[in-house]
Amino acid sequence: MNAVPPAFTPAEPTVEPVASAAKPFLDELFETGVLIPSGVDGLYGRSGAFEEVIDRFETLVERHAREDGAVKIHFPPAMPRVNMEKSGYLKSFPQLAGSVHSFMGNDMDHCRLLSAIAEGTDWSQFQQPTDLVLTPAACYPLYPTVAAKGPVPADGLLFDLKSYCFRHEPSKEPTRMQFFRMRENVRIGTAEQVSDFRERWLERGPKLIRSLELPCALDVANDPFFGRGGKLMARNQRDQQLKFELLIPVNSVENPTACLSFNYHQDHFGTLWGMEREDGEKAHSACVGFGLERIALALFRQHGSDVEAWPKSVRKVLWG
Amino acid sequence: MQIRELIGSHKIIPVPVDRVGDEEDLYDLGMTSFASVQLMLALEEAFDIEFPESMLNRKTFQSIASIDRSVSELVSGRA
Repeated sequence: MNAVPPAFTPAEPTVEPVASAAKPFLDELFETGVLIPSGVDGLYGRSGAFEEVIDRFETLVERHAREDGAVKIHFPPAMPRVNMEKSGYLKSFPQLAGSVHSFMGNDMDHCRLLSAIAEGTDWSQFQQPTDLVLTPAACYPLYPTVAAKGPVPADGLLFDLKSYCFRHEPSKEPTRMQFFRMRENVRIGTAEQVSDFRERWLERGPKLIRSLELPCALDVANDPFFGRGGKLMARNQRDQQLKFELLIPVNSVENPTACLSFNYHQDHFGTLWGMEREDGEKAHSACVGFGLERIALALFRQHGSDVEAWPKSVRKVLWG
Repeated sequence: MQIRELIGSHKIIPVPVDRVGDEEDLYDLGMTSFASVQLMLALEEAFDIEFPESMLNRKTFQSIASIDRSVSELVSGRA
């Protein structure tokens, strides 16, 4: 019972985190001040050290992105509602989507709103949908932007994106946040160009994570599509090996956490948004996504809450 | 045949369904993953059946013939 929490056991590069911690990992993170509770599951403040780890990790990704000639764009964490409607996100993930509502009434409506709050009744009826929804994945705002610019050049396009994303899935697992950051590199072009891009990251991703002395494994994966029909979509996605994830043990060894994902969209977004190549064919796309909070949590889980005490070799990779 | 009518009326594939052979691959003809879900739901309603989880895969909805086999199996199982 008084044993040192396994999360803080100094780890050899090949050692995996112990399966069951003395207490839930989320409680550890609150106690050590790495995360700050808000009162709502999945919504947390981040410590300076946590943010610094994310910053340092991002410089590693950015180095590759620059070498590849990626164009860097950061979108805000909201996007036009019409674009979510058109994207098909609500067909596949209605349970995860978040939309922005605001008060648009008069003085009398304002009184009713305040009365409802005072009485503890539903006040959301006094709010109306705005033109905004919360961004569900960093690449969603990109496709309409690319489509509006005209044909995709013969060499294809490459972007380095980052955004806070929202998914409504409150959880006690610190790795399942409602607001989190996703860094994404997106390739748009021919089937061959985007497949090459994904292959390259399928090699690079595990190398990058292993350089941080984190155990990891690649696996075929599927998105959490909604409902019974979603099961069919998930199987389709798996059968075609459209999605791979790089899994790292964070909450437990038995259920490692997807920290990177490697997705081939075929011509799904090309067709949806009318992204065409110069030869008139629909553009294909692929992306690699980095769950930045998840990667930071994996590092804190493996190497402990005090970044100064992390293995020198890991610190060297991150801080140089 | 009712399956063809459903494929046509729900615009499951971007080509005329009467020119599609029974064994032709509907995915190759442009049926998207989401269209296959729409087709699944339409078939369930039309035939008053429910596809079990074991049948919720790419193969079941691959061709008109494979759909026919699965639907027949479920309809006869119900009777």
